[in-house]
Amino acid sequence: MRVIVDLEKCCGAGQCVLLAPKVFDQRDDGIVILLDEHPPEAVREAACVCPGAAIKLEDLA
Amino acid sequence: MTNPASVLVVGASVGGLAVAESLRRDGYAGALTLLGAERHPPYDRPPLSKKVLAGEWEPDRTRLRADAALAKLEMTTILGDPAVHLDVLGRAVTTASGRRLTAEAIVLATGLEPRRLPGQAPWPGVHVLRTLDDAVALRAELLAASQVVVVGDGVLGTEAAATARAMGLAVTLVGPQATLLASQLGPQIGGHLAALHTRLGVQLRLGAAVEALVGDDERVRGVRLAGGEVLPADVVVVAIGSRPATDWLFDSGLRLGDGVVCDSRCRAAEGIYAVGDVARWHHEVLGTALRLENRSNAVEQGAAVAANILGKDRPYTPVPFFWTDQYDVKIQVHGFAGADAQVAVVDGSPEAGQFAALYGSAGKVTGVLGWNMVKQTRALRQHVVEGTDWSLVKSLRAS
Repeated sequence: MRVIVDLEKCCGAGQCVLLAPKVFDQRDDGIVILLDEHPPEAVREAACVCPGAAIKLEDLA
Repeated sequence: MTNPASVLVVGASVGGLAVAESLRRDGYAGALTLLGAERHPPYDRPPLSKKVLAGEWEPDRTRLRADAALAKLEMTTILGDPAVHLDVLGRAVTTASGRRLTAEAIVLATGLEPRRLPGQAPWPGVHVLRTLDDAVALRAELLAASQVVVVGDGVLGTEAAATARAMGLAVTLVGPQATLLASQLGPQIGGHLAALHTRLGVQLRLGAAVEALVGDDERVRGVRLAGGEVLPADVVVVAIGSRPATDWLFDSGLRLGDGVVCDSRCRAAEGIYAVGDVARWHHEVLGTALRLENRSNAVEQGAAVAANILGKDRPYTPVPFFWTDQYDVKIQVHGFAGADAQVAVVDGSPEAGQFAALYGSAGKVTGVLGWNMVKQTRALRQHVVEGTDWSLVKSLRAS
């Protein structure tokens, strides 16, 4: 699985960090930092609850 | 418990989409139908009063999912056809075009309808802001306007005022409360927001009642306050709140009371669920009925309802979250703020334009608000989850 974040859509809620702290962090202004582009754990919930719809997942074959 | 053979989701905004996505994510393989009143595929509403209104985003950027992602959900999507009737026992929905859709489980996610001023007829220059079409129409008129009156002192009204002001327009905001967002954030933080708007040039008319819109055959020309004063305007934005979109359910037999009344599982009747702005459900941890009008809730509640449709039988007990962006300020609230709560700034300072504050009532922390202080606010959320004793809040200031 590949994670793609849209920094312009990110609203800095931090819901992704709450759900998957090994994959996401935040800058001081709240914008998301992607720690792991290919996380072993499922981050679908983080992508789903993102209030800015800023997280996309690509399933790799 | 066996899964329903078919699920119909009424409402194709973020809450309805969340139900559909969560069902598929949880492995549901039955028939799925998404019915939307608007002609647009699912789009995001928070940017409407900000990026779309400001022209920073093309309207299409608000789309929540690309066509390919929607196709993967393998659902029947019907857009531009509002639901007009629900048959609870027959589990059927009739639409404006005359369709009759049946399903073993039906999810009501019809959202809100903006309130209008008494006697607010369709009148050029007068706008509400709820849909993508509303935002596009309002932006077109703002581009040609020089003075705007925003009626409404809540989240939407203050965001619209901030965006219009940043576009260079003369903006007056009228509202009945003593300060901005007073009922949501209380007088202290609301006062900081009012000071921000004033500093950036918005004329605030707080504690003021609107008597009528005034204008001529051509268009609106202003807003008359109680007492007779007329605030001139090329464009008037009416942002005086919303009401749950439940008119179509009036003869359904469902219990309606400021929303579709649900149990703690967000279930309104056997096989009927409600999600998002339209749902009033029983929050078991708080021991009270609650209806939330925010985006995060729509998504989380959508996931909870999907799980319950699939037999999980789980109460929905979220810590609410909402945010607002105004000028260069980002305000975030986890939990409950409220007009009557105690407030304590525990990090930063309002003077510095960066702070975090805790809200408390009945001796416990109930909420945290961040003002341009994102990471600290997220960390403080734990006190909301744990209901930290209010007497310990003072000691947090130093740490």
